[in-house]
Amino acid sequence: MIHQSLGDIGHLLIIISFVTSIVAAFAYFKATVNKEIGQDPWIRFARLTFIIHGLAVIGVVSVLFTIIYNNYFEYHYAWSHSSVNLATEYMIASFWEGQEGSFMVWALWQALLGFVIIKTNKKWEAPVMTVFAFVQAFLASMILGVVFGDVKLGSSPFLLLRDVLNDPVFLINPNYVPDDGTGLNPVLQNYWMVIHPPTLFLGFATTLVPFSYAIAGLWTGKYKEWIRPALPWAIFSALTLGVGILMGGYWAYETLNFGGYWNWDPVENAVYVPWLVLVAAIHTMITFKKSATALKTSIVLVIATFILILYSTFLTRSGILANASVHTFTDLGLSGQLLIYLLFFLVASIFFAVRAWGKIPSSEKEASTYSREFWIFIGALTLCLMAFQVIIPTSIPVFNKIIELFGKVSNIAPPADQIEYYSKFQVWFAIALAILSGTGQFFFWNKMDKKEFANAIAIPLIIALLISAIIFIVAKIFNPLYILILIAGIYSIVANATILTKLFKSKSYKLAGGSVAHIGIALMLVGIMFSEGYSRHISLNTLTVSLAWTDERNSTSLPLFLNEPSQMDNYEITYRKELIEATDLPELIKKSYVEDTDDPYYKVARQPIVIEGKTWAQPGDTLYSQNPENTYYQIDFKHRVTGKAFSLFPRIQINKQMGDMASPDIKKLWNRDIYTHVSAVPFFDEEVEWSEKVMEEVRKGDRFFVNDYVATFEGLQRVENVSFTDLREDEVAVKANITILAEDGEKYLAQPLYVIKRDGRVANPPDVVKEVASRLTLESINPDSGSVTLGVNTTQKDYIIVESIEKPHINVLWIGTLIMTLGFIIAIRRRYIEFQMMRDKGVE
Amino acid sequence: MKKSSIISLIVIAVAVTVIISTSADASAYLSFDEAYELAENGKSNKIHVVGQLKKDANGKPTGIFAGPNKLSVSFVLVDNNMKEQTVYYNEPMPADLLRSEQVVVVGNYQNDRFIADRIVLKCPSKYEETEL
Repeated sequence: MIHQSLGDIGHLLIIISFVTSIVAAFAYFKATVNKEIGQDPWIRFARLTFIIHGLAVIGVVSVLFTIIYNNYFEYHYAWSHSSVNLATEYMIASFWEGQEGSFMVWALWQALLGFVIIKTNKKWEAPVMTVFAFVQAFLASMILGVVFGDVKLGSSPFLLLRDVLNDPVFLINPNYVPDDGTGLNPVLQNYWMVIHPPTLFLGFATTLVPFSYAIAGLWTGKYKEWIRPALPWAIFSALTLGVGILMGGYWAYETLNFGGYWNWDPVENAVYVPWLVLVAAIHTMITFKKSATALKTSIVLVIATFILILYSTFLTRSGILANASVHTFTDLGLSGQLLIYLLFFLVASIFFAVRAWGKIPSSEKEASTYSREFWIFIGALTLCLMAFQVIIPTSIPVFNKIIELFGKVSNIAPPADQIEYYSKFQVWFAIALAILSGTGQFFFWNKMDKKEFANAIAIPLIIALLISAIIFIVAKIFNPLYILILIAGIYSIVANATILTKLFKSKSYKLAGGSVAHIGIALMLVGIMFSEGYSRHISLNTLTVSLAWTDERNSTSLPLFLNEPSQMDNYEITYRKELIEATDLPELIKKSYVEDTDDPYYKVARQPIVIEGKTWAQPGDTLYSQNPENTYYQIDFKHRVTGKAFSLFPRIQINKQMGDMASPDIKKLWNRDIYTHVSAVPFFDEEVEWSEKVMEEVRKGDRFFVNDYVATFEGLQRVENVSFTDLREDEVAVKANITILAEDGEKYLAQPLYVIKRDGRVANPPDVVKEVASRLTLESINPDSGSVTLGVNTTQKDYIIVESIEKPHINVLWIGTLIMTLGFIIAIRRRYIEFQMMRDKGVE
Repeated sequence: MKKSSIISLIVIAVAVTVIISTSADASAYLSFDEAYELAENGKSNKIHVVGQLKKDANGKPTGIFAGPNKLSVSFVLVDNNMKEQTVYYNEPMPADLLRSEQVVVVGNYQNDRFIADRIVLKCPSKYEETEL
């Protein structure tokens, strides 16, 4: 059945949200022009319209989610992003897998933020909400899905499958509904997919708040006053955006096996740049009161942040990065609309800024080198240069397009080795920032001259040098660049900790945000230096795995044969088994314990499945696996000296859309990660070369050898059903039960079949037991001697190729991110309380 | 000199350095012929080539060979000048290769063989199903 009306309601709600946002923008505009506050007519009307708009957005989201949740695959969005076998959390995630859904998440956050502004700041409501409503109109237009003549405005998520696909099946039956969707890409079925995108979009959405205040300030002539209400929001935005970015990095590291947490891919850069600029903006906003330069810079940076967010949206969604990035969205043909969105706000911002520029108070006096304004300004400048260095190469595809517009051809491509290219610049900026964030703190809290400064800095500097010296002697760091990073990082930590101690002594905990965040950042820097600079392969190998590989790859890829221990660094490591997930079972189960069925999601147990004494399945029972595409490889590690043992379970995902995807498993030790992934599984789908068949004639109870393992023939057993043919009543099928005793007392059951058809033909498909690298065939049943003849082929033992990388002190990076987050939270609290106090006093 | 002038000069210097270095380190989108010429002239820069997989009459990709144990792959890429070139990639084949409309290879000619260090293929979120 086609649930047509649901989509119609959804589409209607989109149109309502679009229209109401425009009406609200107009009404708020009138309210601003009339200087209305509180309950005046225009503002009341505007507020009501915006609330209807917000409710419509919530409605749109609910309708789309209903469609996904109920598997209404007649809708293209549900069909292409969700599927029946999807856990609920991934149904939520499939909501934002596509462009339309992610625009909706963004619009939803902004609508909710609009409600918060209306509730908390009546004085600024009219001008701020004018900007909000305008932005909402642009976002709503992206999913509008309305066609005017030749112009398509937006792409609606409520399109029916039959209207999107030109499939002949719809000619025969227009009401055809597929049984299943194509699903959320398995590689995205991960909890990070559930929390990373909404966090990032909250970060995107929150940049609108300081931007709207800045525009409102410029518009209404309150050039200074906008900063106080905007500041807590700017910090909140930097926090959510930063956390969103870091989540992406952690996801890449932990699951996606990109090798590291940051790859300088254009899509990553596109959010990193606005974050840097926003952080710079926060710093200048803090000092706006004393410095006219800071005030003007704040205005420019807050606007730039928002424009850069729009630019990043344009880059990732317009298809312009298609040749440069490994992960952008599908091109929905919205590039024109996205460009208008970007240019509209760019031009409008410039208009407001230029109009007000002359009237913004300014001072001729330069900030003294010993003032906090000066140091903060230099810090903000460094952040901006850092952003500039990233945005220029990232924009190369845009430059090419612009050159093409003028009829010329440009073939510049982004640097071939992105990681090396960006890192070599960014590291210097990072060192500068660490030094500035340490030094700037001394000026932030006390006015000081040259002498006082020398006194203040001496002790922290000496302590920092001492600590660094100890670290680089103990950790054997000889690379001068790394030593410099270390000193800069440690100096920043010590200097900020000195300030922090003073704040704690005077019980000014709530002012601690800045120094805490700086300590976090400095720790991140040190953590990155160690984990990247000293990351090393421990899976060393002298054999040539593949001639096609480079020597380097061969020397770092270790083949592991099943149950045969190998030496790796300080560990004895052994590949133990191949496992799969069975939903509702507490542990992974051995792949060889189950057999495939026609439906990949269902498996049939071959052997009893017992976990911790509880039997979960008897032979023949069906098991459900929600993620049959995942195979895990248990690798046991045993430390050669301490004897400490642990197991890792790296994963290979047979991804229909992307091929085999390897996900690592990480052993987290206090001072390093052991990052291990299966880089190749030569056995998969591979033509296996079997040895010549050896015949064994055995009687029930006889023991014999299968590939050097002891096997016992347990006897014949009649079977009622076989998978490959339908048995008639007068046809017979039997299987031979053979147990094979392998390493560690593990028993495997081989069950080759023997089927006698009515016409006398015999079918005897072999049974493969991968763990013992053998294939058994029931060749004949000999009633005369009471024996059977088994054919045994053997092959090379199952093996996998692993790559193991040691990442020292990566925990310092993660601890740094947590401390930075904490610092941001303390700062938000402080600035919000300041805003509240002043608001309640009636001061702007 | 005023402090602000010094700062401005430094900023300009850094900005110029960034721009110059970007143009120096930037790679290029080239055709196979141009890339070959570059290698002939003794330059080992890694360049980008944009192309499509060679397709047979039925529109199925052809000319793809997996190396021993599928640990590497070679495929025929047709660049925008319709020149066909076998590309060697020392990694297991990314299976979405077969589905891709466009492939960007980053690499260079080494001993007359085009070796790709990196293939830019589409990301999971990029896929849009077009067939039932």
